[in-house]
Amino acid sequence: MGAWASLRLIAAEDILSLVGLLLLLVAGWCGDKAARFITGACVLALAAAAVFTVPALTNGVMGHDASVFFGQYAEDSFAAYAKLLIYGAAAAALLVAPAFFERVGAMRAEYPLLVLFATLGMGIMVSATDLLTLYIGLELNSLAAYVLASFLRNDGRSAEAGLKYFVLGALASGILLFGISLVYGFTGTTSFIGIREALHGGTFGAGLSVGGLFGMIFMLAGLAFKISAVPFHMWTPDVYEGSPTPVTTFFATAPKVAALALTMRVALFAFGTQAHAWQQVVIFAALASIIVGAVGAIGQTNIKRLMAYSSINNVGFMLIGLAAATPSGASAMLVYLAIYTVMSIGGFVAVLMLKDAEGEPLETLADIAGLSRHRKVLAGCLAMVMFSLAGIPPLFGFWGKFVVFQAAVAAGMVPLAAIGIAASVIGAFYYLKVVKVMYFDEPANLAVGKSGWVHQAILALCAAFISPAGYLLTKWLGGLANLAASALFHVA
Amino acid sequence: MIGIEHYVVVSSILFVLGVLGIFLNRKNVIVILMAIELILLAVNLNLVAFSAFLHDLVGQIFAMFVLTVAAGEAAIGLAILVIYFRRRGSIAVDDANHMKG
Repeated sequence: MGAWASLRLIAAEDILSLVGLLLLLVAGWCGDKAARFITGACVLALAAAAVFTVPALTNGVMGHDASVFFGQYAEDSFAAYAKLLIYGAAAAALLVAPAFFERVGAMRAEYPLLVLFATLGMGIMVSATDLLTLYIGLELNSLAAYVLASFLRNDGRSAEAGLKYFVLGALASGILLFGISLVYGFTGTTSFIGIREALHGGTFGAGLSVGGLFGMIFMLAGLAFKISAVPFHMWTPDVYEGSPTPVTTFFATAPKVAALALTMRVALFAFGTQAHAWQQVVIFAALASIIVGAVGAIGQTNIKRLMAYSSINNVGFMLIGLAAATPSGASAMLVYLAIYTVMSIGGFVAVLMLKDAEGEPLETLADIAGLSRHRKVLAGCLAMVMFSLAGIPPLFGFWGKFVVFQAAVAAGMVPLAAIGIAASVIGAFYYLKVVKVMYFDEPANLAVGKSGWVHQAILALCAAFISPAGYLLTKWLGGLANLAASALFHVA
Repeated sequence: MIGIEHYVVVSSILFVLGVLGIFLNRKNVIVILMAIELILLAVNLNLVAFSAFLHDLVGQIFAMFVLTVAAGEAAIGLAILVIYFRRRGSIAVDDANHMKG
């Protein structure tokens, strides 16, 4: 496929990069006065990119039809599914930001631009079908994310979060790159299809050499950093706590979707012919993430920190779907990913709405004691998010866990599913603790500040999605996820 | 005769040194930045050696990309270090512990 046809197919990325560069000029010219305008323009650009991505979601473009730039990049249903989640999460992180940053006088024009470029990088990550494109997308996302973490540069915690994120993120990129170099050396190619064929034993390729195995493990370790799976999770609580809350909203959703989607494409497609070689690693990471995420959260007093452990815990459940290494496992993972993204956005937007009378943001458990007495709706929404994250029916979070365990059992991994279900009970403890503090503790009457309609609208949307009404969407969501997952197993 | 194994061994040693430099270093963050550069250089050595060994140009092009990204990464790392130093007045690794749990 020629360059022009390729550029037409990647219209979403074209829009994001051109609009981003244009708005960078506007930011340079008008300064921080234009911050609100640029935020609005970025949201519109994301919406336009989403409009161009939607067709690829359902029209079954996959394999050779969707391969652009000579097999470097794929615009298939899998990429489209992940991209729509990423664009939605990025738009939410943009919309909630002005109210937060303007209070401390830090609403600078760079924030929406950095989010936009990070989103572009994530789009490239989920579409990458070549190690080189993968690396460029990952770094475009990471470099923007390091700056976002330390965005409140007068706040010591934000600077520390940025520093920690940078050091561990750069280490993760280094480990991933070392793996890439070994995989390149031992398979002789950087394209995912080429790697898949080279790793295929028997008549087609050389099979898996020791060097190739090392490369594969290094790559998976680097990716495990990015999705914050145990044992590479230690940066997550610090970065989530220290970053400004709108940035944490972003970190907990969009990059996680992108990194998990990338891990899926690498593991299931590029290394798909050697699934038995990485399955045990993924099983270990899944169980360890579930247990560490659940146990680590118990003593936490900061809600953002608690949500960080909750995200580690949820990544563990998603990895169970990956460990199954079947199309239904991948599809279950995608369903879980969509539900998790909405739950996280809802949770963090609810945290953003906790303000005291002066508008100072509140984020500890003690601050929300007795919240249900004076902020009934907010407390109700937060309780719903917590129940949903714990996977308690009839909320929609239960469905995500259900499909993942179903896929694991169908793939013959009954012990894995059993341990996962047992560990989710530990997790329920701290989710319920938040609910108990809100409903049964003596009121602290701290969170009395009002919040804008944008926050309320986003929270209402998320709450509607995770409410039992969400089950009306299961068929539609499952169909889209099946189509997306089939792109990973489609070998032309 | 120096073969591909020698290159891979040297780059693996450099990589391990870089990783150890990040974890064992308790002094200051600049050393961590240098360790990160060491890791990326090990990767580049690998890529170029494999590229020559396989008679395939992709590895060398990859190395150019890695060099470029490494430059950007170092710039951002130093910038973050500057704002960190302004707040704390120190860049010792052991001081970066205001958040725990």
